[in-house]
Amino acid sequence: MAEHTMIEAVRMALGRALEEDPDVILFGEDIGIDGGVFRATDGLIQRHGSARVRDTPLSETVIAGMAVGAAAAGLRPVAEIQFMGFLYSAIDQLANHAARLRNRTRARLTCPMVLRAPYGGGIRAPEHHSESAEAMLAHIPGLRVVIPSSPARAYGLLLAAIRDPDPVVFLEPKRLYRAISEDVADSGEALPIDAAVVLREGTDLTLVSWGAMLTETKAAADTLAADGVSSEIVDLSSLKPIDRRAVRASVEKTGRCVIVHEAPLTAGLGAEIAADLAEHCLMSLLAPVRRVTGHDTVMPYPRLERRYMPSTERIVRTAQEVMEFA
Amino acid sequence: MPEPLGFLSAAGEVVRDLPDFARDGDTLRALYSAMARARTFDAKAIALQRTGRLGTYASSLGQEAIGVGVTSAMTDADVFLPSFREHGGQLWRGVTLVELFLYWGGDERGNDFAGPRQDFPVCIPVASQFPHAAGVALALQQKATTGVAVAVGGDGATSKGDFYEALNVVGAWDLPAIFVINNNQWAISVRRTDQTRARTLADKAVAAGIPGEQVDGNDVIAVREATERALRRARDGEGGTLIECVSYRLGDHTTADDASRYRDDAEVSPHWKAEPLIRLRNHLVANHGWRKDDEQALLRTTGDEVDKAAETYLAVAPEPARAMVDHLYATPPADLAALAEELGDG
Repeated sequence: MAEHTMIEAVRMALGRALEEDPDVILFGEDIGIDGGVFRATDGLIQRHGSARVRDTPLSETVIAGMAVGAAAAGLRPVAEIQFMGFLYSAIDQLANHAARLRNRTRARLTCPMVLRAPYGGGIRAPEHHSESAEAMLAHIPGLRVVIPSSPARAYGLLLAAIRDPDPVVFLEPKRLYRAISEDVADSGEALPIDAAVVLREGTDLTLVSWGAMLTETKAAADTLAADGVSSEIVDLSSLKPIDRRAVRASVEKTGRCVIVHEAPLTAGLGAEIAADLAEHCLMSLLAPVRRVTGHDTVMPYPRLERRYMPSTERIVRTAQEVMEFA
Repeated sequence: MPEPLGFLSAAGEVVRDLPDFARDGDTLRALYSAMARARTFDAKAIALQRTGRLGTYASSLGQEAIGVGVTSAMTDADVFLPSFREHGGQLWRGVTLVELFLYWGGDERGNDFAGPRQDFPVCIPVASQFPHAAGVALALQQKATTGVAVAVGGDGATSKGDFYEALNVVGAWDLPAIFVINNNQWAISVRRTDQTRARTLADKAVAAGIPGEQVDGNDVIAVREATERALRRARDGEGGTLIECVSYRLGDHTTADDASRYRDDAEVSPHWKAEPLIRLRNHLVANHGWRKDDEQALLRTTGDEVDKAAETYLAVAPEPARAMVDHLYATPPADLAALAEELGDG
């Protein structure tokens, strides 16, 4: 087994999918000879040809809408939106068509498509290139929304998304593309798609997060551990559907919960998780459920983006307040 | 500006050499019957809606030649992606009257038609079917079939980016796709002339680098001939075509609309003389021995058929509530599986 970054793991999964299923087709902006702006598709056009790795005209509406049509007509499109900030015009196709086609035809037509998009901030990108709009997508019935947190999870979850018979939005935390390497085997094995995972077991406090924010969340858990607080870290991984049972099970054990996400506070997924815990785990809770999130502001330009994103210190401080609640 | 392609005048006189299919009496009778069937369905649907037995319905009155003309040129290898006003086309493709009533009556099973399984259900969000057609065409091309994706939208749809963007990729990739515009002159209350300064809607093909043709959308022969030619081009690997069918919306936008708020009878009435059934009937009478008896028999048969289909539809019980969960995902996530149990079979 060799060590790989997340971007390499994504590329490996895409290559594997192209090899194992002749119906898999990749399209998006600059994914061909350029290999994608992050190089997720580097080399794939050389190996699989320009009929299966296609540069589209510059149109997010067409990328998403064409994926719907191609999926319904028997292909397995894996389409790329270059940055999540440019995904909004594709939401029409996702919400009105991709997510509904199976239901509105009573399964006569289905939509086995994947829409990949890098999301999130922290890489000093220009405006509109750092958004975390996952909650908008997680609100759409009929979709799946998946976010990996490591190279190995990116590989296994992307394969699961491509093999899934329904539409999946696969959001890649671009801050992690090259930040970490780990052993990833090109085994062709998918990971369970609808499941949260416990990354670290603990007894005093549950930290729920996903994607790149798990970096700060893990660092916060380390700091808290030094003070004798044992944190359990739940990687939500699937934002639609939410693995509520996994979150509840952890909080029933620890009695405390802090949710960390980069997206804005209001109507973010942290609100949904907090509400679910209030409804189902009230008697287990020893302290209020708290959220550490991006602010209810527009994502700032790079000079201020670190002031926007939840820091390890903010997570630690909030966790300490939760621990001190009496 | 060239006249739109047409073979029959509004009165039914032959104004241009007929294509071969249009010299055959049986073919013309079939096209006429299909348009009459669509119109009979239309009248029944409106009557059912007015009496609270059908949902909001979009009439195709006066535009029957478009759906029928387009689909009569298509084969089973092709895929039809209609807007919400192409009942005649859906019926020609093999969707049943009961299925259409079910759909417009508010039951998803109407989209699970037994007929052309590969066809798309009607598309309500305007113009969003055009990117689908590009995707279907991509799949047909990729799988090396002879099939062509044929999408229909309204004149208002050509104001949307979805239309232009999809037309552009059809051109760029030589996709086997035909975009048909049902130009009925009205996008609800906004006139075609207030939608765009474009000389014709067919001109919009110029920017995509594909052929665009304007045809008389009330002449079923012209619509079918233009579609046949475009299908041949697509099957020969020559890419897509935009066809603008010039017609007129004789009815309201939908049963929820009141067109008298924005247009008066004086504007509408001349267009009744140009509607698609009269001219083909006159042509059939003059050239193919269509008699009063034939007309009456046709109306009686389609009337009975439509009435019977309406009765069948009205007798269909709604699905159990859990149906809203059962078809959302291939395998429902845990929470939805629990919801399905809760909603139950009642």
